[in-house]
Amino acid sequence: MATKDRLSGNEAVAFALKQINPDVFPAFPITPSTEIPQNFATYVSNGEVDTEFITVESEHSSMSAAIAASAAGARALTATSSCGLAYMFEPLYIASSDRLPLLLAVVNRALTGPININCDHSDSMGVRESGWIQLYAENNQEAYDNLVQAYRISENPAVRLPIMVCQDGFITSHAVQNIELLEDEAVKNFVGEYEPEHYLLNRDEVMAIGSYGVSDYYMEAKRAQAEAMLNVPSVVLEVGKDFEAISGRSYGFFEEYKMEDADRAVVVIGSAAGTGKDAVDMLRESGEKVGLIKVRMYRPFPAEALAGALKGVKAVAVLDRAESYTNCGGPLGADVMAALFRARSQALAVNYIYGLGGRDITVKDFAKVYEDLAEVVRNDSAGDTYRYLGVRE
Amino acid sequence: MDRAVELGARVTWREINEGTMVTGGGTSREFNTGEWAVIKPTFEADKCRQCLLCVPVCPDSSIPVKDMKRLDFDYDHCKGCGICVKSCPFGAIEMEGIE
Repeated sequence: MATKDRLSGNEAVAFALKQINPDVFPAFPITPSTEIPQNFATYVSNGEVDTEFITVESEHSSMSAAIAASAAGARALTATSSCGLAYMFEPLYIASSDRLPLLLAVVNRALTGPININCDHSDSMGVRESGWIQLYAENNQEAYDNLVQAYRISENPAVRLPIMVCQDGFITSHAVQNIELLEDEAVKNFVGEYEPEHYLLNRDEVMAIGSYGVSDYYMEAKRAQAEAMLNVPSVVLEVGKDFEAISGRSYGFFEEYKMEDADRAVVVIGSAAGTGKDAVDMLRESGEKVGLIKVRMYRPFPAEALAGALKGVKAVAVLDRAESYTNCGGPLGADVMAALFRARSQALAVNYIYGLGGRDITVKDFAKVYEDLAEVVRNDSAGDTYRYLGVRE
Repeated sequence: MDRAVELGARVTWREINEGTMVTGGGTSREFNTGEWAVIKPTFEADKCRQCLLCVPVCPDSSIPVKDMKRLDFDYDHCKGCGICVKSCPFGAIEMEGIE
């Protein structure tokens, strides 16, 4: 039996970690993810888990220690935000190229500068090409659910890639919401024991990892790594299906909200989707055919499926909570537009930058986006495809 | 066997070890870093008193020792750094450019 509770997103993640009882958790605090290791440290002190909790001197070290633990054969993780994630940039690539199952709980926060501690996606978007799987959550329930599913995806022998489970700083990490928690036993059985195939502490197999890959090997290594990423989508679906069986909640690459007959759609990541759904409900009441797609799995990017879900749409607005300074829009915008192009979609697409550094996005903002899309349809022209939402003009 | 094949340098992406993991130990022996050297030290056996001071200072373990006596250099791994030249009290190691 699941239990109903009220937890913040950080508490939910720490609770899921307690239920998983991983082997090694090297930690370095940074707002707004600090509560994850902080709460977990309490579980360690209380003897509720037998995880080796290591306080290290930086995020470069926390990621490096997690990598080393995973290479040794342990189930490892760490947590971070913003500049902490940026400081991990180098070892992130080591984790993925060494094909190490590993978990990183990301609480999204703007990158400096100006200095800002609030939510946007510039941190995890900045490492979207590091070879990690990325899952995003709309609310605390999804943060918890993604966490429970993460190791099963990461440790799958066809995958063996590290995974980031992201949630929005403060908006979900610190806001307390109703949540349904699985029984300890159910989580334990679902996640299972970690049995690595090759690992450094195996006394019966001499091996080394982290080798020097000169030009004779590097490209083959990267192509093999890409193959592992190609294997991710089917594993994500398979794990999502198993998770549904124990929780009743279903997870795929993205969530389609009232998309069946929609002629205008918004594509968005994270907590803003909840606000967007409110706007959809409001506009649907007045007969407008609008829908929303919330991307859960951003890396690998489900391009074909997403283009398929947008098939009947006349106009689509992609909302990015990160700049990429291409003068064309944000990273999600670029990915969605490329997907539409490849699918020879006739949909007109525009890209908005919103919510930077914790700027609120409201139902009214979403309503304006749908109104803009109506104009795009009327004019049969996307107009300026690189727009800002919620900025003072 | 072709050296490149022996070292796996012709491996395809489907065959390459996952995560470029190295299976087995002591594999650095297979990597002839001695190829990097431009100038090499030479061992003047008649001047050598077998004090073995040169052995521990070699950063590449390229001075083999057998029955408490040093042998000639392992040129497959000697990078020609010249540290051994400086360590020898008897002028038994010579290398161009090092006094």
